[in-house]
Amino acid sequence: MKSAVIVFPGSNCDRDCAAAIERSTGAKAQFVWHAERELDPDLDLIVLPGGFSYGDYLRCGAVAALSPVMEAVKAAARRGAAVVGICNGFQVLCEARLLPGALLRNAGLKYVCKPVELEVANAQTRFTAGYAGRRTVQMTVGNGEGNFYADEDTLDRLEGEGQVVFRYKENPNGSARGIAGIVNARGNVLGLMPHPDRAFEAELGSSDGAILFQSVAKSA
Amino acid sequence: MSAAALASPPKTAAELAVEFGLKPEEYDLILRRLGREPNAVELGVFSVMWSEHCSYKSSRKQLRKFPTTGPRVIQGPGENAGVVDIGDGLACVFKMESHNHPSFIEPYQGAATGVGGIMRDVFTMGARPVALLNALRFGDPEHPKTRRLVAGVVAGIGGYGNCVGVPTVGGETEFHPGYNGNILVNAMCVGVAEADRIFYSAAPGPGLPVVYFGSKTGRDGIHGATMASAEFDDASEEKRPTVQVGDPFAEKLLIEATLELMATGAVAAIQDMGAAGLTSSSVEMAGKGGVGIELDLDAVPQREAGMSAYEMMLSESQERMLAILKPGREAEGQAIFEKWGLDASVIGRTTETGRIVLRHKGEVVCDLPLAPLSDDAPLYDRPWVAPQPRPRLGPADAPAPQDYAAAMSKLLGCPDGASKRWIWEQYDRHVMADTLADSATGADAALVRVHGTRKALALTSDVTPRYVQADPYEGGKQAVAEAWRNLTAVGAQPIAITDNLNFGNPERPEIMGQFVRAIDGMAEACRALDFPVVSGNVSLYNETAGVAIPPTPTVGAVGLLDDYAKRAGYAGLKGGDRLVLIGRTRGELGASLYLRELFGREDGAPPAVDLVAERRHGDLVRSLIAEGLAHAVHDLSDGGLAVAAAEMALASDVGLWLQPPQDLPAYAWLFGEDQARYLLAVAPAHEAEVLRRADRAGAPAAIVGDAGGRDLAVRGLFDLPLAELRQAHEGWLPRFMGEIA
Repeated sequence: MKSAVIVFPGSNCDRDCAAAIERSTGAKAQFVWHAERELDPDLDLIVLPGGFSYGDYLRCGAVAALSPVMEAVKAAARRGAAVVGICNGFQVLCEARLLPGALLRNAGLKYVCKPVELEVANAQTRFTAGYAGRRTVQMTVGNGEGNFYADEDTLDRLEGEGQVVFRYKENPNGSARGIAGIVNARGNVLGLMPHPDRAFEAELGSSDGAILFQSVAKSA
Repeated sequence: MSAAALASPPKTAAELAVEFGLKPEEYDLILRRLGREPNAVELGVFSVMWSEHCSYKSSRKQLRKFPTTGPRVIQGPGENAGVVDIGDGLACVFKMESHNHPSFIEPYQGAATGVGGIMRDVFTMGARPVALLNALRFGDPEHPKTRRLVAGVVAGIGGYGNCVGVPTVGGETEFHPGYNGNILVNAMCVGVAEADRIFYSAAPGPGLPVVYFGSKTGRDGIHGATMASAEFDDASEEKRPTVQVGDPFAEKLLIEATLELMATGAVAAIQDMGAAGLTSSSVEMAGKGGVGIELDLDAVPQREAGMSAYEMMLSESQERMLAILKPGREAEGQAIFEKWGLDASVIGRTTETGRIVLRHKGEVVCDLPLAPLSDDAPLYDRPWVAPQPRPRLGPADAPAPQDYAAAMSKLLGCPDGASKRWIWEQYDRHVMADTLADSATGADAALVRVHGTRKALALTSDVTPRYVQADPYEGGKQAVAEAWRNLTAVGAQPIAITDNLNFGNPERPEIMGQFVRAIDGMAEACRALDFPVVSGNVSLYNETAGVAIPPTPTVGAVGLLDDYAKRAGYAGLKGGDRLVLIGRTRGELGASLYLRELFGREDGAPPAVDLVAERRHGDLVRSLIAEGLAHAVHDLSDGGLAVAAAEMALASDVGLWLQPPQDLPAYAWLFGEDQARYLLAVAPAHEAEVLRRADRAGAPAAIVGDAGGRDLAVRGLFDLPLAELRQAHEGWLPRFMGEIA
């Protein structure tokens, strides 16, 4: 599998994502600086990591969505490459309109860092095939704006089309219908607030996140 | 000081010196050293360099008592942070620092910039920050300001650390009316560097370019170091303009740019701009290197037009660095600063003159010899009086509780005993993906992996101010011993400490007495436990309207676990386990949590610390963990055996029952705070071996109970469902913060 992790100024999970990919799949990931306008044409996986891109002093992910590299990410997504946005990366994907909806301020109005149990709502995507037969998986969240929002029609469509991929067993942030992660209609762009990149080895509390990267590697 | 005085300093005068916080005799000393009157800029430079905060003039003599060397020590006190060898060619760089005064005045920014400042101290030395801890002390929960201060400080710590992307893995939070007017915010940062690539601040020679990079200089934080060296009064709120404003995004860029710059080999010396900003960084770099320095202030990146030389030199704007580059390497630096979008400028050169010369708008605005600024700073041997010893309390001097079960709920649910989940759930504890144990884990110390190795760093911060108040000497010993014990209880080998000494006004002999004796006790414990001090910070004048805080010498400690598979916490209790108590219990209730929370009493001498026993018991426990003979371990501290057992049961979600002995009243056995003790969960198959090992080591050990069921019980006294205890433990803080009824 050939993979890249995008680094925006203020990304702070870029190294974690590269470590998670490497430890989960054995494949090394390359880092791509946000100012690049082109990506390797044969990338199988592009990860938009967590953090506070550009400080997120504006709406989270809003500035990063306009950064030079995002045109190349959009082109890769059109080509069918797997794109994963984790936490801030999910926010960037929504702001870039690669995924529907938005991430609002948490219902509790505070940053929340805790382990979460997730229901795998769709184990038939290229990101989640490895979870087949698993009812719940464990990861952690760490966010202040992780409260997924979309209008009712969009939510109905997401649910109806199997685009809801992960759902919180216990909603930590007020997300609509307990949604923790969604894919686009084509199924090659995933956004999720929980961190598979912090749950790839048992000693971190869970190794369930590794399965996500392994699933992508298998589909590559 | 009025805003007008800041904006346009009047001509030099002895009155102005006093306004800047200099004593009349200190001003006279300046006149003698210079042989002339200083101008306003020069006086500003003197006043911050000679402030307590920068010069340690009241504490230096005492700090010399600490042991600061050891086989693992690469750099002791005197640099931005301490450095210890952790093997594999790696070093751990760490320090703790207070941001007490600013956090009381403006809690969010005060705490946030405290975190930012301590991180800069660590990455300035070439280390990537890998963990943060913080020790917080607030006033009485009933005090009208306390809730706002808690909310602001916690949001500030989280807002900064979460954004920069360094996990906040541990710390402590306590409440006492003694902090009503002066809260304590002590932040610790731990980093990892290559042992042969540590960066220092001393300029290596003359003729080298001095490069400023990071954020622009603004008018914020002017004279912060001076503020931090004065007592508060009723007008302290007016000092808000002296609190700096933090930008964690800028800090993140600064970390990456600094580490990238260091990797090029272009850096000859480097120093962050912390307290007293450009003044202290330039004076220290040149002074330590034995050279001179010339700066062109017109070249300093400025946030606003029309800043005076005085304002630029005294500004404490955040996220700024000063580097001395090797000759001809400026372009490499420039490329990195541009990549990260940082302001940067060559603002001067090192010289051979031994003087600091500042130019602004074509004029020399400051020309001072460096030596008097740092080396000749005043050094005070302040008079002190020995604290009055308090009587020891025997078990008979303390009452039994009316209701044991209620007493348990009270101790687990009082402000100091309650869960701090409300706080630590606001901190990113997992970023960097190396956290093995954090505040949520049920372990006496946090553990973070040394990236890419089997090793882990164990981290803790400790002090029991009510002991230090009762007996500074024993309390000082206890702070060090408890930190050592907490590292041991996770299986780590303790390596070294950083200290953050928070006290009142040292010009008062009784406060100076607390300071002197606490340091004596700490130094003795450090020597006995081979636990050197490698960095530290002193915060004095923590007083409001003449009332001092409880003496609070916070100890931040680092230990090393060679194989993190061999670690312990206290959450691993399993039904059927036998509970083994290591250490002797006499039932020490003086200055205990039990007396304070149940009877409103803060009297009595604190528990004595037997350092020989500490070492013997700790070494035993560490070996039992390493060999897999004890799978859950908890040190005994506040609230004694009963609280430790309850925490173990709650963290494991497994009940347990205890069997009190015949020779001691049950309350003294349960709640006594005797030191050098650990509670171990041992599989029945290992019981005999554990007792045999303890006997051979000369450590008292006794089976005190068994694990199982859903209750916390003491035979013949009470039986308390864990669910009820959990409610008491988890409920207090969210209720206090107004989030649940």
